[in-house]
Amino acid sequence: MSAVNEAARSDRERLDTFPHLMLHHARVRGEHPATREKDMGIWQTWTWQQVAAETRAMACGLSLLGFKRGDNLAIIGDNRPRLYWAMCAAQMLGGVPVPMYQDAVAQEMSFVLENAEIRFAIVEDQEQVDKMLEIKDNCPQLAHILYDDPRGMRHYNQTFIQSLDEVMEMGRIHDQKQPDLLDTEIHQGGSEDISVMLYTSGTTGKPKGVCVTHAAFIAAARTGCEFDHLSAAEEVLSYLPMAWVGDHLFSYGQALVAGFTINCPESGDTVMTDLREIGPTYYFAPPRVFENLLTQVMIRMEDASNIKRKLFDYFMRVAKRCGAEILDGKPGVPFSDRFNYALGNLLIYGPLRNVLGMSRIRVAYTAGAAIGPDLFRFYRSIGINLKQLYGSTETCAAVCLQPDGEIKFDSVGKPVPGVEVKIAGNGEVLVRSQAMLKGYYKRPDATAESIDGEGYFHTGDAGFFDEDGHLKIIDRAKDVGKLANGAMFAPNYIENKLKFFQFIKEAVAFGHDRNMVCAFINIDMGAVGNWAERRNIAYSGYTDLAAKAEVGQLVLECVEQVNAELVHDGMLADSQVHRFLVLHKELDPDDDELTRTRKVRRGFVSEKYAVLIDALYSGKASQYIETQVKFEDGRTGMVAADLKVYEARTFPVVRKAA
Amino acid sequence: MAQRQSGDVILDLQKISLHFGGVKALTDISFDVREHEIRAIIGPNGAGKSSMLNVINGVYHPQEGTIVFRGKPRHEMDTYQAAKAGIARTFQNIALFKGMSVLDNIMTGRNLKIRSNFLLDAIYWGPAQREEIEHRRKVEEIIDFLEIQHIRKTPVGRLPYGFQKRVELGRALAAEPSILLLDEPMAGMNVEEKQDMCRFILDVNDQFGTTIVLIEHDMGVVMDISDRVVVLDYGKKIGDGTPDEIRNNQDVINAYLGVAH
Repeated sequence: MSAVNEAARSDRERLDTFPHLMLHHARVRGEHPATREKDMGIWQTWTWQQVAAETRAMACGLSLLGFKRGDNLAIIGDNRPRLYWAMCAAQMLGGVPVPMYQDAVAQEMSFVLENAEIRFAIVEDQEQVDKMLEIKDNCPQLAHILYDDPRGMRHYNQTFIQSLDEVMEMGRIHDQKQPDLLDTEIHQGGSEDISVMLYTSGTTGKPKGVCVTHAAFIAAARTGCEFDHLSAAEEVLSYLPMAWVGDHLFSYGQALVAGFTINCPESGDTVMTDLREIGPTYYFAPPRVFENLLTQVMIRMEDASNIKRKLFDYFMRVAKRCGAEILDGKPGVPFSDRFNYALGNLLIYGPLRNVLGMSRIRVAYTAGAAIGPDLFRFYRSIGINLKQLYGSTETCAAVCLQPDGEIKFDSVGKPVPGVEVKIAGNGEVLVRSQAMLKGYYKRPDATAESIDGEGYFHTGDAGFFDEDGHLKIIDRAKDVGKLANGAMFAPNYIENKLKFFQFIKEAVAFGHDRNMVCAFINIDMGAVGNWAERRNIAYSGYTDLAAKAEVGQLVLECVEQVNAELVHDGMLADSQVHRFLVLHKELDPDDDELTRTRKVRRGFVSEKYAVLIDALYSGKASQYIETQVKFEDGRTGMVAADLKVYEARTFPVVRKAA
Repeated sequence: MAQRQSGDVILDLQKISLHFGGVKALTDISFDVREHEIRAIIGPNGAGKSSMLNVINGVYHPQEGTIVFRGKPRHEMDTYQAAKAGIARTFQNIALFKGMSVLDNIMTGRNLKIRSNFLLDAIYWGPAQREEIEHRRKVEEIIDFLEIQHIRKTPVGRLPYGFQKRVELGRALAAEPSILLLDEPMAGMNVEEKQDMCRFILDVNDQFGTTIVLIEHDMGVVMDISDRVVVLDYGKKIGDGTPDEIRNNQDVINAYLGVAH
């Protein structure tokens, strides 16, 4: 007995695992809000003390059901408080939480459940329970399914399905009777234990489970917190998929290290409203989210009255000229610009930030994919301290960060303290740090392949350091190719340029080993639809709209503008897009064309649409295609279209005299 | 799906006849509704389905027949009494307040439950405030139930049709009815919207134990979700039974497919 007390006392000093961090916050800032969730239209708050108590109850409940050290716990659902707590509950017992993408179809989940030998799953609602039941036959080891939201669950009388409430109630009673049991379990947890397993979405092949220790993830979180001086006073909105390393770092790792408050939105559709209500001080989103926000702003500005539009245009020009410099505190901005900017801040930027829910933001990060320089500049110019970071699941999303005042639009910043970055001979970025994966789950071959003898992790990204020591990422190393004439071809670079246009949602460029670059374009239904309505162009749906000659012309203008920019890009000047077509359907993760994090699966797309690529390179004027599409409920349908191939104007490359 | 438990007869319509001048809308119709069941009324256009609903909640007063509601026989219903007794409905044509928000529209469904008086409400004090909060909680539960949080404050007139239908269902639910009359809840919806609506109807029936009487044209939907079906044609009842019985009823087949003369 006294030994246990001794252990509990010595544990008070320990901050080296996530459960210890949680108990620490419950002690030092017990009354401080830890988690909020909007429910029934009202923000509900749990303090650190309450969160710790709930988590303990969940851990004890799980333990009563037989969850033990070394077990993996699947967590599937939207960002719900109890799902976040479930991660810590699993860790308290020495288990490993495995958050999974909640929008994946059942078959995709089956791989992870099998691979990770999941016996316990905590899921959000009936929808996810149904998915589990669908694949349960393939995963016989799955023994317990616990659900958070009881709605519609009354008639599920299988004994292995239980409500989380019930389990927590059991746990609560148990914990009151024998609190030492859980304390002992927590005490046994060490910083070198695996804290979480995140499955990489994998643009190629099957997903791999990335195992990260407590020490590594806490190191990553701590570095970030110190770098940006994050304190317990921050507010964040947790709305990104829990299975993404970005969300895990930001809503779990950093929240537990710094002790700040996470806010869970009411539902996926209310994020914009919730963002405005919470006014986060720290914000993290992939470029796509920033892109969508900007598109929405632009659409709404088009609908605004003439005078408002003129004001907006005028002050956005001012902001473009000097906004970013003023934010960085750079000298040399003329007084007239400063005056104009201050006026703009009052009339346009301030209200705009407010509408976006970004009035209180101190630091905002974007990661996950390259962000268009113009998009990036837009946010900074209206006074939002948006920065880029570089990292991957394997490196706990913490390799490079942009320091305040040293923002470059086309770099991802400097290596953070404690991280060594070097560039391999083939241009690949190599990383060595404390905040790294321990290995891939049950894949020693893959682990050996990506971590070399010196302990460097091979990121698979191609990049280089510029003269100021900032890292620039060009593309995935394996995607960087050469045109037939030997010039470098970086598809992502071209695609990103195209995607910055609000009308273009997705682009796929081809050119490796070819004599010219061609591309597929996906239009943005919202922006192009609005544009078409304004011009009285009638359309019946996505396929019809994409096939309109006017839309083709619109995209053509965008492509030619990109070509005009590419001319000035030195080694990429040969990558101008010669021919392109507008796809008849949106690329979709359900059809395996995108990953769950919405990156194009290049190989798959070029195989699936081989006939279209042939049409682009064979000089055909149009091509007929039929494609199968999968709907959200798993049914399939066909879309067919006759796609026109457009020729884009290209610009002569001015070679510098050697 | 688990079998629902239907209870006692709560609404019994006996020999109902309704005519407008010389036009016979309903002739000698009898059927009953049991507690907790989903009861469908189907029939070709002009068969008298909506008239039937209107008789049940007292909009039309039949010339002949008896309505036994919760054991109490009466000749006709009265709209106010029907609403008070827990009969709520939605309409074939959406009948919402277009300029008001979703929240306010659903709040109007609480009208009958509000007890505080006009003066107290005006100064929003004491019991009036407490009551309002209680009603708002109930409305929020419905918003949560129907998954329309993101349009809570949007004026109804700006919403797409499918959502308006959902809001109308929400308003009917706000009255916490024991019987819910749905007049073509799925008319004009696409497949996905229909699926959602079916799920909501089943959930209402299951979670709140509400008895549901619905008119619907989509046979797939009717056969899938209802416990018993009554078929009308030219104001007469031509069939009554479980979906399977109806599917094999020769009169029903004739009415729908036509018959050689």
